[in-house]
Amino acid sequence: MKMNEAITLRKPITNQSIRIENLDVYIEDQHILKDISLTIPEKNITCIIGPSGCGKSTFLKTLNRMHDESPEVKINGKVFVDDENIYGPNVNVIDTRKKMGLLAQRPCPLPMSIFDNVAYGPRIHGIKKRKAVNQTVIQYLQYVGLWDEVRDRVRTSATRLSIGQQQRLCLARGLAIEPEYILGDEATSALDPLSTKKIEELFVKLKEKYTIILVTHTLRQARRIADHIIFMYLGKIIESGPTEEFFNNPKKQLTRDYLSGSFS
Amino acid sequence: MKHLEEKIFKIIMICAAMLILGVLVYIIATVFYRGLPALTLDMITKLPGGGFYLGKEGGVLNAIVGSVYIIIGSLVISILISVPLVMYINFYLPAKSVFASLIRFSLDILFGIPSIVYGAFGFALMIFLGVRASLLGGILTVAMLIMPIMMRSFDEITRLLSRDLPDALLSLGATKYEMVKVILKQLMPGLVTAILLAIGRGIGDAATVLFTAGYTDNIPASLNQPAATLPLSIFFQLGSPVEEVQNRAYASAIILTVIILILSFSARYFSSKFSKHKI
Repeated sequence: MKMNEAITLRKPITNQSIRIENLDVYIEDQHILKDISLTIPEKNITCIIGPSGCGKSTFLKTLNRMHDESPEVKINGKVFVDDENIYGPNVNVIDTRKKMGLLAQRPCPLPMSIFDNVAYGPRIHGIKKRKAVNQTVIQYLQYVGLWDEVRDRVRTSATRLSIGQQQRLCLARGLAIEPEYILGDEATSALDPLSTKKIEELFVKLKEKYTIILVTHTLRQARRIADHIIFMYLGKIIESGPTEEFFNNPKKQLTRDYLSGSFS
Repeated sequence: MKHLEEKIFKIIMICAAMLILGVLVYIIATVFYRGLPALTLDMITKLPGGGFYLGKEGGVLNAIVGSVYIIIGSLVISILISVPLVMYINFYLPAKSVFASLIRFSLDILFGIPSIVYGAFGFALMIFLGVRASLLGGILTVAMLIMPIMMRSFDEITRLLSRDLPDALLSLGATKYEMVKVILKQLMPGLVTAILLAIGRGIGDAATVLFTAGYTDNIPASLNQPAATLPLSIFFQLGSPVEEVQNRAYASAIILTVIILILSFSARYFSSKFSKHKI
């Protein structure tokens, strides 16, 4: 896969920091996340692991305020992104979401051409000049290694792409809004091994510029690409730490049980 | 015994299917058998002449134009109100909103109200406002009739849309309005289906336009003038004792069917133009 290594950003990313203090999330009367406090290491890949229903995805959604759409979700606590509490007053939700490039579980191309999919973000955020849009689209399609595969049909529907290509397109689309952070919600679980590998390689490459937070179901994936691991169980953080240490020398019994496959 | 059950049920099912086919064929055959000989070029290009109802010269151009005016006018009004309403209850109100349920419930009731009631309501309103039967009255009343149909069917289709697309758009930092614009592209075929259902119901309805649009032998030159419609034209022609005029009613029915077909095909055509990138 030929990739263009360099991304030229319109605006340089200066400082990145995500710090969470005493976060509690309730959905209706269920206590989903319980007293979460943590700091996400900058320009690293942090993988959140844990069994289904432990609150991983809910946690990810609190970072880009996607819970705003569901009034039954109640959030207490503070989430500092670039030292601003995104749940504080006077926060611009659009700006918060713009900082987070989200890669969802299943790729969801927009009902537009391949080109317009990537151009959509820059366009709604005010890039109108044709040349600038073209440059951005080509740059990110090259970056995710899709350009050579689609250069002759960028004006055709994005849905004609294979699911693995669609996921890379979605990544390019997310990158085109120039986020500071990349969130992945089991971003490879719908993909075949080869496409998974491509996405993983991209994540590893992306951490040079971005802070990446991935929710994953596969321990092996976490082991392959993560720098830090956060293990969640029943809405609590059980253990977290650098990948090597976490896998080789887990401190808690619950972690050891999970890693050994006693429950999943 | 079980075998017998199976057999009886199978016969019932086949009979039901045959009955539907039979009815359709019978209707089409009758309309064409009686209408086709009466379907002359004059029918679609001329206004009713002096002796039209006695079997003499003229056509139903007044009713064709009136029906097309009324259905297009009422479609425009209905679309302009249906689209914002459906987007509002689906994407602006929360999933379990009481207000949205109330709107859907109201639409269900409006859906079930017979067209003559809309006609009577429109008529009463027009008397109150001191307006006489007119093209505008017809357009507004038919709009009232078809709006619940359009809204309810568009709503059903919109509800089937998976949350993935709105979520993808919002996570890119789109505003709600920007999100809705993209979603509408995806929903275009659904909207067209809703429009087609509304056309089918609206253009063929006689009761709503009977008092509100009135009837005339001329083409309305303004919104304040009465307008003829094909269903009423069929009604009046069928009521004639002259067989020739009765046959014209069937010819008018063919014209009405063809207009619906033309509108359907063009709607489908434009929909596929607009939604070629649909997911």
